[in-house]
Amino acid sequence: MNAGAAKALTSPSSSHFELFGLPAAFSIDELMLEKAYRDIQSQVHPDRFAHAGDAERRASLQWTTRVNEAFQVLKNPVSRARHLLELHGIDVAFETNTAMPPEFLMQQMELREKLEEAKDAKGLDDLRKNLLSERRSLETQVAQAIDSDKNYKGAADLVRKLQFLHRFDEEIDEAYESLDG
Amino acid sequence: MALLQISEPGQSQAPHEHRLAVGIDLGTTNSLVATMRSGVATVLPDAHGRPLLPSVVRYFNNGKTEIGYAAQSHQAEDPKNTIVSVKRFMGRGLKDVAHVESTPYDFVDAPGMVQIRTVAGVKSPVEVSAEILKVLRERSELSLGGNISGAVITVPAYFDDAQRQATKDAGRLAGLNVLRLLNEPTAAAIAYGLDNAAEGIYAVYDLGGGTFDISILKLSKGVFEVVATSGDSMLGGDDFDQRLFCWVVEQAKLPPLGPKDMRLLQVRSREAKEYLTFHGDAPITARLSTGEFVDLKIDTETFCSITQTLVNKTLGPVRKALRDAGLTVDDIKGVVMVGGATRMPQVQRSVGEFFRRAPLNNLDPDKVVALGAAMQANVLAGNKPQGEDWLLLDVIPLSLGIETMGGLAEKILPRNTTIPAARAQEFTTFKDGQTGMSIHVVQGERELVADCRSLARFELKGIPPMVAGAARIRVSFQVDADGLLSVSAKESTSGAEASVTVKPSYGLVDADIERMLRASFEHAKEDVHSRALTEQRVDGQRLLEATRSALSQDGRLLSDEQRKAIEQSMQRLEKLLPGMDHRAIKHAADALNKATEDFAEQRMDAGIKRALAGRKIGSL
Repeated sequence: MNAGAAKALTSPSSSHFELFGLPAAFSIDELMLEKAYRDIQSQVHPDRFAHAGDAERRASLQWTTRVNEAFQVLKNPVSRARHLLELHGIDVAFETNTAMPPEFLMQQMELREKLEEAKDAKGLDDLRKNLLSERRSLETQVAQAIDSDKNYKGAADLVRKLQFLHRFDEEIDEAYESLDG
Repeated sequence: MALLQISEPGQSQAPHEHRLAVGIDLGTTNSLVATMRSGVATVLPDAHGRPLLPSVVRYFNNGKTEIGYAAQSHQAEDPKNTIVSVKRFMGRGLKDVAHVESTPYDFVDAPGMVQIRTVAGVKSPVEVSAEILKVLRERSELSLGGNISGAVITVPAYFDDAQRQATKDAGRLAGLNVLRLLNEPTAAAIAYGLDNAAEGIYAVYDLGGGTFDISILKLSKGVFEVVATSGDSMLGGDDFDQRLFCWVVEQAKLPPLGPKDMRLLQVRSREAKEYLTFHGDAPITARLSTGEFVDLKIDTETFCSITQTLVNKTLGPVRKALRDAGLTVDDIKGVVMVGGATRMPQVQRSVGEFFRRAPLNNLDPDKVVALGAAMQANVLAGNKPQGEDWLLLDVIPLSLGIETMGGLAEKILPRNTTIPAARAQEFTTFKDGQTGMSIHVVQGERELVADCRSLARFELKGIPPMVAGAARIRVSFQVDADGLLSVSAKESTSGAEASVTVKPSYGLVDADIERMLRASFEHAKEDVHSRALTEQRVDGQRLLEATRSALSQDGRLLSDEQRKAIEQSMQRLEKLLPGMDHRAIKHAADALNKATEDFAEQRMDAGIKRALAGRKIGSL
């Protein structure tokens, strides 16, 4: 085996998709991703090198960290889309671009009002269920835009919306937590 | 044609000596040590055949100590110098310690961690824990007939960085090579999962003497993946004793008690609690030093009603862990019960009702953690036979972040991130010409820094003067496989680089450990130099063995030149090993580590290629 070639394939700057040997697409085979993740972990994890020398332990720590990070990014639809668009030279710019269509913003405000009103776990469960189906439909649109239409600019707008919904999901979590006291 | 054998990394092809490795459950109430014997995990008992070691340490004024059952049975006689449940003080400041008023100790508030004044001097919880670990180390050396090559020590999953670091320091102080800190519920899952060939999603409910953990794990084809963990590091069986103790004081209308009477009634309360597990009511009788006689009886119903809030308190973290995992109780295939406090019938009942299924109790809740730790220690020591491949993927229990303007905590690594993990974030200056930046590292879920645990404060100096907002300070967090954090900060816009790296130390710096080690050697009449020499030789030998095994597996990845450089460093180290200069051995070992850096990288690359190649073949 040529060590130089191995390095090129898995260099830290290569994409997360390459690391797991997956095609760079928004629609991914989650089982394949999990399997690749586990197969790689079983080769590089620090538990495999607890008795090795410092150099190997350090390399193992760095690689496992990188593999964990890549897995996190690909597992989550928002970060997966963001990574994919970056590979196509598009910055989703969650932090700076907050311009949203007025009707979407209205809808977000209504959702938050409903969250304020939800007094018990049942109310929160219902909100979450609705949110989930909305997220799924947005994800389908993102997959269409990126994988089929190659409309990366349009996809970025959808991903920003998806990010809004993810944030709302976190707010539901916080509401559950305050219910638990 | 002969087939080429390709062995897994991390284990040598040549049959090597079986390394003695142990798993230690350093518990609040009891501690245990276990090891793998002929493929079976076994708890190592003491000379009297008792598996548990009560986590009780008594100090005498002549510098001697008494540990375990003897200390436990004398605790009411000498409560100030007999330390029980020291785990509750690990990595904690005085303000964090609950029920200070009903502990008999003479606390000394030290920076980072509380200390206790005894007749043998001021002791840190790390030193007290090290006494317990030393007994377990000696027990295993005697029983296994050799030096212990490494130990896995378990910690509550919900332990924060300070508590973990303190545990690791205690291991070091006890002369142990700590291979890994392992989360208690994860250890229990290993023991349970491997024993039952379990697959699917399991919850581990671990109510120990002083801590509560809940972990949700996905078990699949030899991979133990923690998906979420939560808990309360200040809730355990001790609190049930405390409730009962308060009830006794109230019922018997007792005046404020002295330390001896207090300890006596606490012991009686614990005994009554244990008795109630198998009986409808329990007597509580005691003769106090005032001559007063306490004679009470408590029934199950009363005990349940005075402790119900404690049981309910465990269910909040359970719900949180499920939410974090994105799961509901219907997804859980089984609930494994761990920790002596889960023996209480009301705990079993509440957990059963919550999960709508009978909890699993087929492994001894006192031993299961130590058994799992022994299995992991065996793997980490490299004794694992081929084909028995399994892997642990654990998480951090609490978010890690830094303080930003206005006393707010900015999360950098969220809770339940799989470890090892790293993340970096950029910050900037807020004043023109600012040349320093103070960085405050915190752990916890709350928005305000004041509500989180402070882990470290350090200063990045030498930022070149710029207008406010122009500097780019990159703060990087790295959490290793023990769940321990190191933080570095770097300013790089101007090319003039300023950087600093810290590991939180909680008042116990390397020099303190050195001092304590010195003191314990002097006591054991052991020579510090010969100890250092032995350690360097063992480390050097281990490094040579690991390098040899790496060369035999993946030597083909190297160019002749690379190989020659490594072999030269090996020869140099080998030549120095029998010598008396421990510093020279260390330098040669460092040089060999340096020489193998590229090789280590190449091996990781090859490992990843191998993993992906295997997957492709498998899916054809």
